[in-house]
Amino acid sequence: MINLTINNQPVSVEEGSTILEAAGKLGIRIPTLCHIKLDCFNVEHRVGSCRVCVVEVEGRPNLAPSCCTPVMEGMVVKTNTIRAINARRTMLDLILSDHPKDCLTCEKNLECELQNLAQEMGLHRIVYEGEQSTYPKDMANESIVRDLNKCIMCRRCETACNEIQTVGILSGVRRGFEAVVAPSGERPLNETKCTFCGQCVAACPVGALTEMDHTYAVWRALNDKTKTVVVQTAPAVRAAIGEMFGIMEGCTTGKMVTGLRMLGFDKVFDTDFTADLTIMEETHELIERVKAGKNLPILTSCCPGWVKFFEHQFPDMINIPSSAKSPQQMFGAVAKTFYAEKIGVKPEDMVVVSVMPCLAKKYEASREEFNSSGARDVDIVISTRELGKMFQEAGILFEKLEDSEYDSPLGESTGAAVIFGATGGVLEAALRTAADWLTGEDLKDIDFKAVRGFEAIREATVNVAGMDIKVAVASGLGNARKLLEKIRSGEADYTAIEIMACPGGCLNGGGQPYIHGDTSILKKRMDALYAEDTGKTIRKSHQNPDIKKIYEEFFGEPGSHKAHELLHTHYKARTNA
Amino acid sequence: MGDACSCGGCVGSKIGCDNVLDKFPEQKADLEKYMDSLPIGKEKEANRGLLIQCLHKAQGIYGYLPESVQLFVANKLGLHLSEVYGVISFYSYFTDIPVGENKINVCLGTACFVKGADKVMAEFERVLGVKDGQTTENGKFTLGGLRCVGACSLAPVVMVNDRVYGNVTPAMVGDIIADCK
Ligand code: SF4
Ligand code: SF4
Ligand code: FES
Repeated sequence: MINLTINNQPVSVEEGSTILEAAGKLGIRIPTLCHIKLDCFNVEHRVGSCRVCVVEVEGRPNLAPSCCTPVMEGMVVKTNTIRAINARRTMLDLILSDHPKDCLTCEKNLECELQNLAQEMGLHRIVYEGEQSTYPKDMANESIVRDLNKCIMCRRCETACNEIQTVGILSGVRRGFEAVVAPSGERPLNETKCTFCGQCVAACPVGALTEMDHTYAVWRALNDKTKTVVVQTAPAVRAAIGEMFGIMEGCTTGKMVTGLRMLGFDKVFDTDFTADLTIMEETHELIERVKAGKNLPILTSCCPGWVKFFEHQFPDMINIPSSAKSPQQMFGAVAKTFYAEKIGVKPEDMVVVSVMPCLAKKYEASREEFNSSGARDVDIVISTRELGKMFQEAGILFEKLEDSEYDSPLGESTGAAVIFGATGGVLEAALRTAADWLTGEDLKDIDFKAVRGFEAIREATVNVAGMDIKVAVASGLGNARKLLEKIRSGEADYTAIEIMACPGGCLNGGGQPYIHGDTSILKKRMDALYAEDTGKTIRKSHQNPDIKKIYEEFFGEPGSHKAHELLHTHYKARTNA
Repeated sequence: MGDACSCGGCVGSKIGCDNVLDKFPEQKADLEKYMDSLPIGKEKEANRGLLIQCLHKAQGIYGYLPESVQLFVANKLGLHLSEVYGVISFYSYFTDIPVGENKINVCLGTACFVKGADKVMAEFERVLGVKDGQTTENGKFTLGGLRCVGACSLAPVVMVNDRVYGNVTPAMVGDIIADCK
């Protein structure tokens, strides 16, 4: 242990800790901007570029950046001297000199770490007026807007894209005043291998990277009398939307459903229903492949970021992921065929809106093959954050809402579906169904805890109907890459693998409320999803009564011709820088 | 990436083309041989230290660094293409657009500037009929500015390919250009 004093308080911390960490232990806050640490994934971005965190260290002529200065025995640190405070303010003044002052209309208004710092440090005027950057916005894709005039060059997005996701799209280019973060050749994102996972958006402290806002299209649809507007909500949304209204624990499913009705949706449905449907199709495929003993392992395919990743990076392996569509796209297909027919509405008079924790889902819905109904199956995709903003705009006091239930028939779901929102959940849901199908029993022991948690890659051998099945779960594309490389080299002999592009799964999707580095929030979301699962009377997809019905009335059997037509898809090898 | 190339000779003619790797197997073998002689390992961070010399070699071979060459170098070092592009765009020495047979670089570092490098640059621009960063129509000359080349005692300095001219005045510009022929 190393002993030092900070602001006259003694503290001892482990060797290798930084002054910032030691101060945190004492309950002293030092402002930071470029630094970010994601504890549960062992990720730290420590570049020391913004110098907002400087402190005075006795005996050193220069101020030290506390986020990247290791502690030393006997160190005497002062975090709040006038010299340190003035230096911080100057750093902020300089950053602001080349930052647009349009906070009022910025996508990140009230969520911006730079804005917060300016407030916290009492900046009340612009000290330096000078030349401003004038980069054009990149809005050529469905998911992400890049407005580099707001970039403060903290490079947090680079760590997200290059280190965590290993997609390698973003890099600091050019230098000095002209420096920006951009893809190679300064191409727009849609001309790159970007997966639209949105982890760079989640990492960006300012408004330089944000989601493509589609809320206005939803308002327009809701106000169009000629349209039947239905909405689906993804599993992970219910575990996070409450945060935007101060509810930090548990799922707020019932309130969210009420709120959606108040917004004016004709029917409020659940992506969980089609998550159950996904399990039916995927598990059927799994068992077929195991019986035939070929084309294993089977990989899950519900995550569009992951799908785009393997299409670009592992084009030689595009036949191993399950051909099942994602729950979002299954919902779109079912809503505009089966359901539209049932209620006697023409598919072109129906608008399907999705609320997703994800930015890649916006891109997914625009993929041209998703047109089972003859046109786009999912018309508009908004993120959890965008839904929260719509509630605010509509004057809905979310925290005060009563609970209500989803509409029938695309609203009924099981515990197996809700855990899709956490890494490991899809695999666990599939195992629950596989075990029952293979034994022909209704098994009671259905918690496959070995596949839960935030650990990068989790492997387990699970006994299903007397058969040992080797499974693995990875979240975060860097971890996915490791698994895929093992499969490619023949080193691994898994039967089933679940992959989610975002670390921790959808609960940490690029469209979720910002956590600003506080990963304890992710833990709470995960607990909320598993609690929702345990609280359900039906916890296995194949026991969902409305799922049984839709097979009886419409699809026949899992894997049937009709199921293949509407619920399955294909992948294509892609290149691009 | 561009379509299949039909120009017939990117290296000699300096015409922009992104197919140089396949088009010129000898040059590719040359670059490959050089890179294989380097201690490239599994560690990305260690390999990053070799990037500049590889790019230097590649630019020496091709005259510029088209994307296919960047990708080749990136893959061999286990780096992302964006990281390689980041380095190329950072150093004014590297270029991803084709350059003329002769590269004329006027140092615009502080010492040279104070001693009149801007006037030297203006004279080059006038005589060659191109601006800083451009290539003459006949593909003979590319004019550029450099940051300090470390020869401040000779300021203002002009580099033509690997040759250094010191104490340059606008009056010397014509002779320097004539030297290239
Ligand atoms: S969306 Fe994901 S893949 Fe695309 S640039 Fe951002 S982090 Fe990289
Ligand atoms: S885009 Fe955002 S995260 Fe990336 S360097 Fe700029 S400010 Fe930082
Ligand atoms: S937070 Fe420490 S240098 Fe930016």
